[in-house]
Amino acid sequence: MLTEYAFWLLSFIAIFSGIATIISKNPVYSVLYLILTFFSIAGHYFLMNAQFLAAVHIIVYAGAIMVLFLYVIMMLNLNQLEIEKRSNILKMLAVASAGLLLVILSGAAHSADALTANPNKVTPAGMVEDLGIALYRHYLLPFELASILFLAAMVGAVYLSKKNLNETQA
Amino acid sequence: MTDSMLIYKIILCVIVFAVSLGAAAYMTWGERKLAAWLQDRVGPNRAGPLGLLQPIADGIKMIFKEEMIPTHSNRWLFILGPSFFMLCACMTGVVIPWGAGWQSGETLYPMQVTDINIGLLYLLSVVSIGVYGVMIGGWASNNKFALLGALRASSQMISYEVAMGMALIALVMMTGTLSLKEIVAQQDAGFANVVYQPLGFIIFLICAFAETNRAPFDLPECESELVGGYHTEYSSMKLGFYLFAEYINMFISSAIMASLYFGGYNFPFQHELGLDGNVLTAVQTAVFFGKILMFIFLFMWIRWTLPRFRYDQLMNLGWKVLLPLAIANIIITGFVMLFTGKLG
Repeated sequence: MLTEYAFWLLSFIAIFSGIATIISKNPVYSVLYLILTFFSIAGHYFLMNAQFLAAVHIIVYAGAIMVLFLYVIMMLNLNQLEIEKRSNILKMLAVASAGLLLVILSGAAHSADALTANPNKVTPAGMVEDLGIALYRHYLLPFELASILFLAAMVGAVYLSKKNLNETQA
Repeated sequence: MTDSMLIYKIILCVIVFAVSLGAAAYMTWGERKLAAWLQDRVGPNRAGPLGLLQPIADGIKMIFKEEMIPTHSNRWLFILGPSFFMLCACMTGVVIPWGAGWQSGETLYPMQVTDINIGLLYLLSVVSIGVYGVMIGGWASNNKFALLGALRASSQMISYEVAMGMALIALVMMTGTLSLKEIVAQQDAGFANVVYQPLGFIIFLICAFAETNRAPFDLPECESELVGGYHTEYSSMKLGFYLFAEYINMFISSAIMASLYFGGYNFPFQHELGLDGNVLTAVQTAVFFGKILMFIFLFMWIRWTLPRFRYDQLMNLGWKVLLPLAIANIIITGFVMLFTGKLG
């Protein structure tokens, strides 16, 4: 019962702050609302008994990535985002593509099986041991490949951010 | 969970909260006395015997000071900043095991508010969101000095979190658990973890100094360059919250270091003393607080001994020294575990 109330509360916060992220004029407010969204999603993970995922979600997204977002926005001093003049054709195209996305999403929601919450059946998938076994036994190769991909992206970013390429190559 | 256990947990929660606040208050007194001693002065000695009522006098002063909110600041975020910082500082105390537990009839009442199986990750996540209090407060002040302080705080905290997490990974590899209760319980049988993880402990200690914004890492509030850093515009109890939360953070990180690396509430030959269960728990809690006091003394000793880093030195230390050392520590730990056959 308590879980259900928590679910509704968290969902309300997540959707409210998600919308507020988009419609805020001030970029700092947008980032703060996005952080709130991440917190409520982490709360959902907790409700689904995925504690590890919830903690990592907060550490990585709310704790590291959003701090960097906020850092950059504060440093650029974008107090009021300048609304660019966009042509009407662009606006209409944007509405049309958003409508298409809505069609896809509603189709997916319609064809999905009705998920019923069963509080008696606790899936241990979110616990550290099970996650570790899944990642390092069953999915070892994809996991390591993904980390190599990240490493390559990191090296690329460092390379691009070097200002004087010619000097460093020599 | 039975009703009596629930009531016990709520009481314990309040006690942990009160003890962290009380300890933080008397740490301000201790810090001033220690600074006075190191600098050959007397220190606070007017309010009460030995100046022991000084923290209460300071608290009353903070509450009754005039509250100023700058006109061009962002009012809500200005209030949110210190509140969030204080909240994060108070949230970490719940996973620390303060003692083995009280035996009352059939049930054992553990001296830990909650034993979540991701205790260490919980600590790291609360530490990593704590920086928002500083950032929001510094930005909402609408003051360049405050903003610079906030930016420094965020980049410093992010940099040192990485090395801190890496230092903890080696410890987790060795103990095989993320629960603080189990990490402490494992140190009952053998040596304290610092014997096996000396490098990891040193890295964690340095990162704890940086995360709590203590000297020599107090660049976010560097007086000689930034006036007051992120809390330049703050006054009254909001400033009090920022300053107070720093002391709570120091208390909690001392408790974390004591339980992760120095055996927590365990002490040598504790089972040979022939003490009854509850008496032993009381002695253990006292020993734990002794260890915490030792670390608090270290924090203060270093603050009044070392000068502040320069900003580029700070970044170099974090990324080019501590992070490679932490990774090397992980690799060495892995090899030692492989060759001694301790792999699970």
